[in-house]
Amino acid sequence: MMILSGDPPRGRALVALLAVIVLILAIAPFLFPGAKSLNVAATILVYALLVASYDLLLGYTGIVSFAHVMFYGVGAYGVAIALYGLGPSWGALILGIVAALPVSVALALAIALFSLRVQTIFFAMVTLAVASAFNVLASQLDWLTGGEDGRSFQVPEILRPGFRLISGRAFGVELNGRVLSYYLVFIACAVLFLALLRVVNSPFGRVLQAIRENPFRAEALGYRIVYHRALATCLSAAVATLAGALGAIWQHYVGPDTALNLSIQLDVLVMVVIGGMGSLYGAIVGAALFVVARNYLQGLLGALSAAASGAGLTLAAGLLHPDRWLMWLGLMFILAVYFAPTGIVGRLRGLDKGSG
Amino acid sequence: MSNSVSLETKDLTIRFGGHVAVDAVSCQFRPGELTAIVGPNGAGKTTYFNLVSGQLRATSGAVFLNGHDVTSLGPAERASRGVGRAFQLTNLFPGLSVAENVRLAVQAAEGVHYDMLRPWRLRGDLVSRAEAILEEVALTGRRNAAAAALSHGDQRKLEVALMIALKPTIFMFDEPTAGMSVDEVPVVLDLIARLKQEASKTILLVEHKMDVVRSLADRIIVLHNGRLMADGEPAEIIASPIVQEAYLGLAKAQPS
Repeated sequence: MMILSGDPPRGRALVALLAVIVLILAIAPFLFPGAKSLNVAATILVYALLVASYDLLLGYTGIVSFAHVMFYGVGAYGVAIALYGLGPSWGALILGIVAALPVSVALALAIALFSLRVQTIFFAMVTLAVASAFNVLASQLDWLTGGEDGRSFQVPEILRPGFRLISGRAFGVELNGRVLSYYLVFIACAVLFLALLRVVNSPFGRVLQAIRENPFRAEALGYRIVYHRALATCLSAAVATLAGALGAIWQHYVGPDTALNLSIQLDVLVMVVIGGMGSLYGAIVGAALFVVARNYLQGLLGALSAAASGAGLTLAAGLLHPDRWLMWLGLMFILAVYFAPTGIVGRLRGLDKGSG
Repeated sequence: MSNSVSLETKDLTIRFGGHVAVDAVSCQFRPGELTAIVGPNGAGKTTYFNLVSGQLRATSGAVFLNGHDVTSLGPAERASRGVGRAFQLTNLFPGLSVAENVRLAVQAAEGVHYDMLRPWRLRGDLVSRAEAILEEVALTGRRNAAAAALSHGDQRKLEVALMIALKPTIFMFDEPTAGMSVDEVPVVLDLIARLKQEASKTILLVEHKMDVVRSLADRIIVLHNGRLMADGEPAEIIASPIVQEAYLGLAKAQPS
């Protein structure tokens, strides 16, 4: 259990759900060989990591930040700019990540020390302003970032779709660069997730929870809460940066709409709330549910709508029109928050407690 | 003056707008001495505590810990220099378990602030010290309950447990038995009596119950309207006319 830092998911239903999700993600290239489904699986992985790093801030420390996706963007742009400018080598890739990390940490530290001394609402406003400014900046600096169009770039050769690891097939699937990319993302996300789990269960992580519960008392015990909050902000920013780098490696493209947009920040917020705040496992559940819904809800609605209009139910057909998918997603979110205010993780844990 | 002074306030004053809540209080406290601070409601007792432990910053005057001026330091720094505080209004980590509340205080006392690489359970020394303290305040049976779920009396005990876990040299009890049921009070009083036997501890106690003050205090100081009105031996203070008038008269009017 030490790999989970002594903090297993708890609750049979939750363990089962997580096991299914992780297993599917682990063998996704063999289970769903299609390009779209593999893309969905990789997106779940990257978002799960991004959401988990956000949970360190929101769920564990009680800090509301709207700049979290900005740090994701720093990582993504770091990789994109380095690979675009220096060519598709591993050196450039690593340089991009190594350059992005200090940028993120310095930004996080500046925001934290500037605003965490005062009320958390002020911190939230400052992060919103900084994130918006950063978004505008990335769109304006055409020569560096590609502006609104973003940057498409090449990744090192063995991660490209054309690369073959072996000439034959394994379980009926070609072991090409796409599959290798997927496993690179999978392993990196798994390792970083376990590292986050370690942090939240460390003595430091427990102090973060104490600060969330009662900052006044934490200070009276001798904890310097400003330092703890600043450190948590920097850590979560660093992990978000790495998630951004992984996202860029997977997509071969970075633009404001995929890496900096505030709507992504809202998605992250929705995922952490649906999954369950203050339990990193919620990030996996929330990301899986949200990404699957976003990718397949439209198709499902299309089928339902066609069936409804076939049966002569025009009103139902209109309501289920694929263009209404956001409305249904919103409705699902409201229902999730209403019926499971502690998130799916909290709900499933409670279930187990109730049944003994 | 057999002992050196562990805590001293010099002309300590705080003003809220036009209201002077603590008015030029100069006082010295020594190790091995339990000082009861009495006075009617609104006399400035809790405000004085807040100035000493750093939750409030003085308008003027100074606080000295073992001879060092700590007036400009915040509550965290003063806590790590040995100022322990049990709050009057219960002030815990409500969503965390009882054991975790105490463990966090033990962790603070041991200076483990930024260790993020190993699971907290591997620091068995912290866990077992927390368990010992739970035993001391008779809360072992409730160790897994959330602090918010405890009865008022148990929350008061947990409040005291957090302070003991900090291993302070200055103990500040702010009405530790307020609102406790009769059978719960002895646990806390025994605890204070035991602490008192250790000569290195400086204990400050705000308390309304005069029988408690009489049985525990080595010395009484009286605050009234933010001013230090009297300071001396319990028998002498309780008998003094100024106290009879300013404090005991009021205290008698209250149900006790």
